[in-house]
Amino acid sequence: MPQPIRIKDHERDARLVRKRVVVGAVAIVLLVCVLIARLYFLQVIQYEYHSTLSENNRVHVQPIPPTRGLIFDRNGVIIADNRPSFSLTMTRERAGAEWRGLLDVIVEVLELSPDDRNLFEKRMRQGRRPFEPVPILFELSEEQIARIAVNQFRLPGVEVVAQLVRHYPLGEHFAHSVGYVGRINEAELKVLDPINYSGTHHIGKTGIERFYEAELHGQVGYEEVETNARGRVSRVLKRTDPLPGKDIRLTLDVQLQKAAEAALAGRRGAVVAIDPSNGDVLAMVSQPSFNPNLFVTGIGFKAYAELRDSIDRPLFNRVLRGLYPPGSTIKPAVAVAGLDSGVVTGASRVFDPGFYQLPNYEHKYRNWNRTGDGWVNMEMAIMRSNDTYFYDLAHKLGVDRLGKYLGQFGIGQKVSLDMFEESAGLMPSREWKRARYRQAWYPGETLILGIGQGYMQTTPLQLAQVTALLANQGKWYRPHLAKEIGGVAPIDPNPPADIRLHDPRSWQQASNGMQQVMHGARGTARKVGDTALYRIAGKSGTAQVVAIKQGEKYDRSKVQERHRDHALFIGFAPADKPQIAVAVMVENGESGSGVAAPVVKQVLDAWLLGPDGQLKAEYRGPVSAVSKQP
Amino acid sequence: MNSNFDRSLSREDVMRRRASLLQRLHIDGQLLLLLVILISGGLFVLYSASGKNWDLLFKQAASFGIGLVAMFIVAQFEPRFMARWVPVGYVLGVLLLVVVDVMGHNAMGATRWINIPGVIRFQPSELMKIIMPATIAWYLSKRSLPPRLQHLAISLLLIGIPFALIVRQPDLGTALLVLTSGAFVTFMAGLRWRWIVSALLAIVPVAVGMWTFVMHNYQKQRVLTFLDPESDPLGTGWNIIQSKAAIGSGGVFGKGWLLGTQSHLDFLPESHTDFIIAVLGEEFGLVGICLLLLVYLLLVARGLVITAQAQTLFGKLLAGSLTMTFFIYVFINIGMVSGLLPVVGVPLPFISYGGTSMVTLMTGFGILMSIHTHRKWIAQV
Repeated sequence: MPQPIRIKDHERDARLVRKRVVVGAVAIVLLVCVLIARLYFLQVIQYEYHSTLSENNRVHVQPIPPTRGLIFDRNGVIIADNRPSFSLTMTRERAGAEWRGLLDVIVEVLELSPDDRNLFEKRMRQGRRPFEPVPILFELSEEQIARIAVNQFRLPGVEVVAQLVRHYPLGEHFAHSVGYVGRINEAELKVLDPINYSGTHHIGKTGIERFYEAELHGQVGYEEVETNARGRVSRVLKRTDPLPGKDIRLTLDVQLQKAAEAALAGRRGAVVAIDPSNGDVLAMVSQPSFNPNLFVTGIGFKAYAELRDSIDRPLFNRVLRGLYPPGSTIKPAVAVAGLDSGVVTGASRVFDPGFYQLPNYEHKYRNWNRTGDGWVNMEMAIMRSNDTYFYDLAHKLGVDRLGKYLGQFGIGQKVSLDMFEESAGLMPSREWKRARYRQAWYPGETLILGIGQGYMQTTPLQLAQVTALLANQGKWYRPHLAKEIGGVAPIDPNPPADIRLHDPRSWQQASNGMQQVMHGARGTARKVGDTALYRIAGKSGTAQVVAIKQGEKYDRSKVQERHRDHALFIGFAPADKPQIAVAVMVENGESGSGVAAPVVKQVLDAWLLGPDGQLKAEYRGPVSAVSKQP
Repeated sequence: MNSNFDRSLSREDVMRRRASLLQRLHIDGQLLLLLVILISGGLFVLYSASGKNWDLLFKQAASFGIGLVAMFIVAQFEPRFMARWVPVGYVLGVLLLVVVDVMGHNAMGATRWINIPGVIRFQPSELMKIIMPATIAWYLSKRSLPPRLQHLAISLLLIGIPFALIVRQPDLGTALLVLTSGAFVTFMAGLRWRWIVSALLAIVPVAVGMWTFVMHNYQKQRVLTFLDPESDPLGTGWNIIQSKAAIGSGGVFGKGWLLGTQSHLDFLPESHTDFIIAVLGEEFGLVGICLLLLVYLLLVARGLVITAQAQTLFGKLLAGSLTMTFFIYVFINIGMVSGLLPVVGVPLPFISYGGTSMVTLMTGFGILMSIHTHRKWIAQV
């Protein structure tokens, strides 16, 4: 059909378009259905999932650190408390890559030294969690806070934060017993419960703070907060309060502690005082000491090096870690062993020519008194600290029995209930020597064990425990520092067996000997005993620092001050009704009865005498009352 | 055939026509009512999405006012008048796009704006959204339908020039929308189905080609993120994950107005612009989105009725294309926010904050009204 002229067929065009309109409408309806199906999928089928996602988005849990439990002495005097303190913190993620530059700005703004800057950098490098603000400077003054505030615009991620910081108002007095807290380090971070410690910066490092960390710390609380995408908190949704740590009341007595320190009069040494009736440690002195507050906020490298490298070793806990041969102070315990095993009686005597010789041996084991004391029985042997008698006794006992008895007194084992890093000391035995030196046990080594020399090593705490056992006739209470934790007395989960003797009168014999030391006419410490208003049972001892060769005489003028013998003394009082057992070690003090005994006496006085200078009424037994007569 | 020629008017029709002030103002009452409903609802959502920002709300309302004026003015022009000036508009639009290409205002690595400080600042590509379908409608309405191959080829050329220029800006989203609006005209003009099918099949190689040669890195990233948003949850995938979480957590009835946590706590980026539907979905739930879709559907339905009732072919093609394109905006936006489609930066019509898009859309509806209200009633009677 020829079409030279094409006529536009409007009707046909309109129909065509209308068809397409219908097709379009159908397509649109289908696409809307697709959209609704998609939304149905998201909002109905996946509702739970997206709801959770959105909730997790907005709700964050922030930890609230619990308040650390306080530490009091037995009378309620505060030893460790928490003080509000303003610290400067920096959050590395918010400070950005230039955080080192910010440290320079802080140093400049606060006019600090380059040393401080190094300390800041060290603190920033220490273990931390992502987005955790790291405290870099503590105890800001008002002026410092103001300076930071003024320069805040230059310091992104740097904030002044108020937090409770541990403080030890009594400073050096309890550094070795209570210990201190310090910043959590990386190693600790790995083993700590990440949830409970999520808000905590400090942890007990030594002493009571360390041993009772779990009780003192408490339980972390948390806040559910709504945050925006940048982490800014808009409101608190829910709050669970933290459970504060338990307060601890110690057995220590601040007054006695101070008296014991004063008694040492600046000498290096250790004093331990125990209540023999329950094992309460009344005083625990290791001198010199240090200020534990330095460690709370992080000690500077120089200050730490000074403490660490000091020849006086202030960081060294002599009470728990110091190992000394007990010397003659062990003799009463050896005497008890001899009596109980039946090798000697109270009346059996030994002749002392000034030395002792093993049968078939040339070697002469010398008495300290070269001229000899003649015939000596046990009581006199203790009073005179006669070495010959105890050589003989040790020989009769043998190392095995001696070891068994001294083991019962706690030698060679950890005796405390709650002291951190206590040393076990050493009670040598045949097996120990074979393992240690691959050698047989020589009989001569047994002899010197009898006078507390040789391989035997004890801590001042162990000596105090031996004294307490002598005082309370073998009743075992582990020495402990905590009297009450949150109002509850700690329970010894594994109490050692009491020392039961075949004849309990053997205790009295040992005690009598010790009383003769103080009050006997020829007692080694009679000069100290004469001044006492009550009867003391005591025993001196000397711990050699350097061995003296056979045939040589100890000549103090030839010995360097630091190589002089340590002076030891143990004692309890009142002798008939013991209230307190004390062990003293004076480093390089040389004379147990001359140097250590007066220290013991002062500690006993501090505990037993009332303000009137007389024995407190409750401690007056019938015997001591008699002995008080001039 | 029930054509317009033998159509008789009922008494009521005559009465209404005489009574209607709107009719004389060339305003379509139904469209206007739906637009007002949509924008009022949109302002509510925007108030929440912008974090109770009254300033933003006033600006949006002002844009609506400007849009109304633009719509009113456009509605006064007869479609025939428009058809006459469309070629000029097309040439002008292409020239402006070239100008942008040469010396455009730079925003986000993309050059889209013409900025004469103190005078005007606008996107020629936005203008093209109206001019494009009008040009193709003008061209094809003079040919016989369905369009032959050579006419189609010329149409594609007319579409291709501005498309290429907008892609170069680069603004792939707008370019595709401009392309779509032109393509819809050819579809309404009765483009043969076998060509449509072949074109759809050709998309695959074209897409591969675009990926390799045309797309910028940030656009490629968008597509990759779309395919697996979880792969980079804090970077590029953040938007989609957060918007899905916002919509999904709304459930059936939503969290309530102003109670959406995702947007109020800033987890949802661009919550008051492209991603505003997520706020609506979060606060008003599935019910809210369905109501919104219903309003959109009514608008589209009215647009299609106008298309069907248009007297001139130009009017039919233009009205059809504008309506379909409008729907495509809605579909792409909701599809992209709900994770069905890539994030291409298409605002939700009348709800998303933004003056340019508002004015463009209102202009489009002004054209629809013009087409509908300039029919020659008296001549028909």
